[in-house]
Amino acid sequence: MSTVRIEIDGETLDVPAGITVAAAIARVERPFRRSVKGHARAPFCGMGICFECRVRINGVAQQRACMIAVHEGMQVVTDD
Amino acid sequence: MTEHYDVVIVGAGPAGLAAAEAALAHGARVAWLDAQATAGGQVWRRDVEHGWPPRAQRVIEYVTQHANATWMPQTQVVTAEASELLLQNESRAWRISYDALVLATGARELLLPFPGWTLPGVTGAGGLQALAKQGWPLAGRRVVIAGSGPLLLAVAATAKRHGAHVLGIYEQASAATVHNFAQKLWRWPGKALQAVSLRARLAGIPYRCGSIVTRALGDSTLQLIEVDGPRGVERFECDQLAVGYGLVPNVELAHALGCAMKYEGAHPCIEVDAMQCTSVPHIYAAGEVCGIGGHDCAWLEGRIAGLAATNASIGASLLRKQHHARTFAAALREYFALDPYIHDLSEPDTLICRCEDVPLRALEDYDDARNAKLATRCGMGACQGRVCGTALAELGRFPRSGLRPPLFPTRLATLGELHSSCSQGSIP
Ligand code: FES
Repeated sequence: MSTVRIEIDGETLDVPAGITVAAAIARVERPFRRSVKGHARAPFCGMGICFECRVRINGVAQQRACMIAVHEGMQVVTDD
Repeated sequence: MTEHYDVVIVGAGPAGLAAAEAALAHGARVAWLDAQATAGGQVWRRDVEHGWPPRAQRVIEYVTQHANATWMPQTQVVTAEASELLLQNESRAWRISYDALVLATGARELLLPFPGWTLPGVTGAGGLQALAKQGWPLAGRRVVIAGSGPLLLAVAATAKRHGAHVLGIYEQASAATVHNFAQKLWRWPGKALQAVSLRARLAGIPYRCGSIVTRALGDSTLQLIEVDGPRGVERFECDQLAVGYGLVPNVELAHALGCAMKYEGAHPCIEVDAMQCTSVPHIYAAGEVCGIGGHDCAWLEGRIAGLAATNASIGASLLRKQHHARTFAAALREYFALDPYIHDLSEPDTLICRCEDVPLRALEDYDDARNAKLATRCGMGACQGRVCGTALAELGRFPRSGLRPPLFPTRLATLGELHSSCSQGSIP
C-alpha cells in the first residue's frame, strides 16, 4: 500500500494513502479537540454528523477529520 | 450561470445510485452529489483496504463513467428553493437547477446518551464501521458492539475483518424476540442468507440479547464499560465501545423544500406515493429518508424514483418487490423496538448536547426545544441538534425544532452567494 507523509502537531508521520485524517490522528493517539468545558473529545459518529472530530487542517480550523482524506504534506493541528 | 440538469440526485448510497443508473439509462443528464468523498453512502461505504462490495462497485463505475453524469463529491446543499439548490464544496459555492430532484439523503445513526458516552473511545456502531473502513486502527483492540438491530452484526464483521478483538455484541432486544425474528426470516431469503453468512463470519463472538450498555468509564479515554443483562450488571475493560440504536432519516433538505412528512416513532420521514413522488411536484425521494428500510428498499425505491423522474414506465414487478422489501422493514421495527429502559440511562450530569456541554439537569424545566435552546444553548452547536435534538425526541422530551437554513455550518462567503446576483462566486 502506498503511503503519504503528513504532519500532526509537528510530528512527521507516514500513513497509508486514502485513509482519513481521523484515522491518521488515531494512530498517534492524540485528543482531537476539547469541548466547551475542556473535556477531551474524539470522533463519535464517523460520518460527518456530530462534529466531534474537528481539527485544524492546513491552517483551516474546524475541519471534520472524518470527512477528509490525508494528502501529501498535510499539516494537522489537534486540540486547537 | 446556474448549471441545469434534467435530474439532480442528492445522496450517493444505494438509493441515489439506483436512481442515477435508471435516469441515465433513459437518456437524462444527471448530476449526483454527496457530502462524502467517495460514492456508496453508509452501507456501501468504500473500505480503504478492501474496496467496495462487488455489487456497489459495478453500479458506481457505470454511473461515474457515464458521459451524461456529473459527479459532485464532498458537496453539501446549503439552501434549497423551488427548482434550484445552492451547493458548496471545499473551494466554491454555486447554484444548480433541475427538472426533477431525487432526495436520497439516507439516514444517520440514532445515538442516545448514557453516562460516559462523550469519552474518546465511544462511538456509534455504524460510526465505528465507517471509521474502520476509512483506516481507523482496530488491530488488536478490544471492541464491544452494542445497541440494536442487525447492523450490529455487520459492524462486528467489519471490526473483525480489520483485526479487532470483538469481545461481544450486546443486543437490547430480548433473546425470545430475536429468536422469533430469526424464525420469520425465511420470508426474505436474501436476508436469511446474509444472516447465515454473517453468523459464520462471527463464529466465536458472544451475542448477548436483552443486554444494555449502561455506562462507560475512564479518565480521559474509555477504560471500562458496564452492561446490564440477564446475567446481572457486569463491568469489564475494553478499548473501543460502539453503540447504535438504529437509524434516523436525514430529512433536513426535504424539510427545507417543504416536502410533507410522516412520523415513524419520534422521527420524521418523507411521505411519498407509489412512484416515490413527494408532496412537492418534481421532487422524488427514495430509501431510508422515506422510512428506515435497509439497502434493498433503498435500491428498489431509487430505481423507481429514477424512472419516475424521467417519465419512464415502471414495471409492476418492481413495485411488488419494493412492497415486499418494505414489509421486512416493518418487521425489523416491530422486533427491534427499543426497551424504554434505554430512554432512562442518563443521570442529571450526563451531557445531552455534546456541542455545548449541556447536562440533562439543565433541561429539566423545559418542554419545548426552542425554549430549551434559548436558555441553555442545547442544540445550538455545530451539529445543529442532529445528535441531541434527535436523542431528545427519541427520549420523549420534546420534538426537534427549528430546522432552518443553512443546512450545515456554512462559510460566510457561501452565504454571500445566497444574496448575490452573480451565481459563480468563488471562495477565497
Ligand atoms: S466523527 Fe462525527 S463528524 Fe466526524
